[in-house]
Amino acid sequence: MQLVLEKRGERSNTIALVSPLIAIGLTIVTMSILFLILGKNPISALGVYFIDPLTDSYSLQEIAVKATPLVMIAIGLSLCYLANAWNIGAEGQFLIGAVAGSWLAVKTQGTDAGHWVLPAMLLLGAVAGALYALIPAICKVRFGASEILTSLMLVYVADLFLDYLVRGPWRDPAGFNFPTTAEFDPVATVPLLVEGGRLHLGAVIALIVVAAGALLLGKTIKGFEIRVVGAAPRAARFGGFNSNQLILLTFAISGALAGLAGIIEVAGPVGHLQPGISPGYGFTAIIVAFLGRLNPIGILIAGLFLALTFIGGEQAQIAMKIPLDVTKVFQGILLFYVLACDSLILYRFRLIFPSRQVV
Amino acid sequence: MPDSTPAAQPPAGTPLLQTVGLTKRYGNFLANEKIDIDIWPQQIHALLGENGAGKSTLVKTIYGLIQPSEGEMRWRGEKMVLSGPSEARGRGIGMVFQHFSLFDNLTVAENVALGLDGKESFKDMSARLEQVSNVYGLPLDPKREVWQLSVGERQRIEIVRALMQDPKFLILDEPTAVLTPQEADQLFTVLNRLKSEGRAILYISHKLEEVKRLCDTATILRGGKKVSTCNPKAETAASLARMMVGSEIKQVKAAANRRITVPRLVVNDLNLAPDDPHGTRLEHISLELKGGEILGIAGVAGNGQDELFAALSGERLSQDPGTVVIEGIAAGHLSITQRRKLGAAFVPEERLGHGTAPRMKLSENALLTGHAASGMVQHGFVNTAATLKTVDRATETFDVRKAKRDPEAASLSGGNLQKFIVGREILRNPAVLVVSQPTWGVDAGAAAVIRQALLDLATAGAAVLVTSQDLDELAEITDRIAVMFHGRLSEPLATADASREKLGLLMGGSSLDQKEAPHAVSA
Repeated sequence: MQLVLEKRGERSNTIALVSPLIAIGLTIVTMSILFLILGKNPISALGVYFIDPLTDSYSLQEIAVKATPLVMIAIGLSLCYLANAWNIGAEGQFLIGAVAGSWLAVKTQGTDAGHWVLPAMLLLGAVAGALYALIPAICKVRFGASEILTSLMLVYVADLFLDYLVRGPWRDPAGFNFPTTAEFDPVATVPLLVEGGRLHLGAVIALIVVAAGALLLGKTIKGFEIRVVGAAPRAARFGGFNSNQLILLTFAISGALAGLAGIIEVAGPVGHLQPGISPGYGFTAIIVAFLGRLNPIGILIAGLFLALTFIGGEQAQIAMKIPLDVTKVFQGILLFYVLACDSLILYRFRLIFPSRQVV
Repeated sequence: MPDSTPAAQPPAGTPLLQTVGLTKRYGNFLANEKIDIDIWPQQIHALLGENGAGKSTLVKTIYGLIQPSEGEMRWRGEKMVLSGPSEARGRGIGMVFQHFSLFDNLTVAENVALGLDGKESFKDMSARLEQVSNVYGLPLDPKREVWQLSVGERQRIEIVRALMQDPKFLILDEPTAVLTPQEADQLFTVLNRLKSEGRAILYISHKLEEVKRLCDTATILRGGKKVSTCNPKAETAASLARMMVGSEIKQVKAAANRRITVPRLVVNDLNLAPDDPHGTRLEHISLELKGGEILGIAGVAGNGQDELFAALSGERLSQDPGTVVIEGIAAGHLSITQRRKLGAAFVPEERLGHGTAPRMKLSENALLTGHAASGMVQHGFVNTAATLKTVDRATETFDVRKAKRDPEAASLSGGNLQKFIVGREILRNPAVLVVSQPTWGVDAGAAAVIRQALLDLATAGAAVLVTSQDLDELAEITDRIAVMFHGRLSEPLATADASREKLGLLMGGSSLDQKEAPHAVSA
């Protein structure tokens, strides 16, 4: 008896929907084993991770706040990945967007600048993110450099640049030498949706991005070009689609969305520029993009789920003294299973029994 | 159908190899169903059938590559179970595959050594290689690297490799598909000699004239079942074809009143360096194709046909706009989309991955080429209804069979997908159609539909350029035929004057009117 993978005639749409759920199931089983090894009760640990955050309104709001950057970045990344362009550096584009927008906030600090400041900051963040993402894209198109490596390495450049700014020129003079800018003025802050809550306008922008992504991919010729270039490059060239142009375009869009997410995060929940504004949103968004099947609606759901793991991880650290890094382990295992389960869309398992031998 | 005609000489004794009720099942699909076949020594046995008839499954079973689900094989009357090809080779069964398994950067001798199970030294093996190749008139230089060799020479390596194991029974899978007529004749001489030595040969082909000439017995498969075993010399090509297809094949009909009009596709001294190092450089290619005319381009694969297609379609651009002129407009520098807007349409050789995106729906694949010049795209948005309408029209006009209205391209059979692709382009009413291998690997019914569509398109006034390796196809539908060799294109011959011999000489690199043969193959 033998277990083999057999190619399906046509891709299975059922499995395409079910495969992320299988992946989540397998992740939970693996995590339970890990909790057992750590000497924790897996049932109560999983409860703290996945159930508790859903039971109070503060946590629910916090999930939406965390999901906002994840979803925005992942929508952009999904365009890249569909076009077979591997932008791994969304984290860097996020940070550069935050820096560029903060520049205006710092410069207008304490002046009578009007309500144009926040829109201008958002625009600056998006443009800076796009330009930063174009560096690896141009290197790939022009010189054939691997965009995976270059985009990843630029994350560290962005990280250290931000670090330098908040420890040096932009440090708050009244900040007791902490590496941070001063709190942004109200005109440079993303307004809250509910007074006294945490939910801010960024969540609405994220929903608009999801809708725009769905429209682009499903209804426009550009979206079609993006999908063909990734799925069948030679057919795309035969169709007259320029793959280099599409690499530049998808990198620019994804950089813009990451940059926008960065400045919204800084001008929203954080309120000032400082190191550590991102708990790895740019990297977690890669998982969100794949868990959401590179589909905008799927990404919205996946973004909320991954945000849940952030909140659950924090609560597990407080309640059960489980290290915060376990969250990252969780996310890594999840990505692993998601990619593995994807093979089931085009293949199926089959048990092969040896043919009857007439003796 | 009963075994109407007996085999040429009903030999006495037991056959060399016998399959009894051989069945191969993939899930619910029967690739081979209860096949009985007898192979006798000193006979060339043809295995005929369309694509998907089960020929490959049968020979792979005989060669030990796959295990039968039911039934058995007998070797000299005794039951034989093969666990793999090396066991088959051990018994004396050799096979020459249609797709060569050679390493381009290794020498002839190294390639042969890799394919042998033997333990002899490399030096002895090389000597034996030279000896075997000389004895059978298959000259090979053991020290040359494979990438320098012609397709015919590469095939010789495969044959010599099989012969070095002194097989009692040799299987050849479509060996003449890549050969010029002259090269095919040389191969037949070798096969007849092997036969006279007492070996048995199983010869897979769908070229019926060839089978009639060469083979003593023919077994015809259709839909996984054996239809008949007969003497091909006593049959006509038409009767063999009928057995293969199961019905009468429609003859294509050229319209009597085809009008040749103005030049619609002109190529002026096109020179183009290849994209990749093993590609072919196009040199001084010129042609003129008028409306209402079909020009065929013959030639052995790999002589620049792919490069010419890319240059004509605009997948490769030329620095000089005047090299390609479409509808009177210099287009050498224009993209494929712009060329489509000028009224050109293209059908590449590869259906999956080039002509279509395999995992996308037919409507999306209609958009792939239709976005350029149609109402499928408005203000950047896709009109899904219009793309679906193209699918429906192509389905109706060209009889595309599929399981649902809008399936993935990869789920269609080769013939149906090709009908869709050709239909997609013809429905745009192109002024110029450039099509590469229009019926490659397509069943006879679909091939007839496609050829008729090309003729009808020309009758409607379009200029049609057909690249094909199938000389019968070119003879059937073209007005003139030119031959590609080493990136150059010969002067076209009127199809009526283009005998197989003339075309064969041109395909081998000889020129017809000069005594010198600048690119003659070393024979």
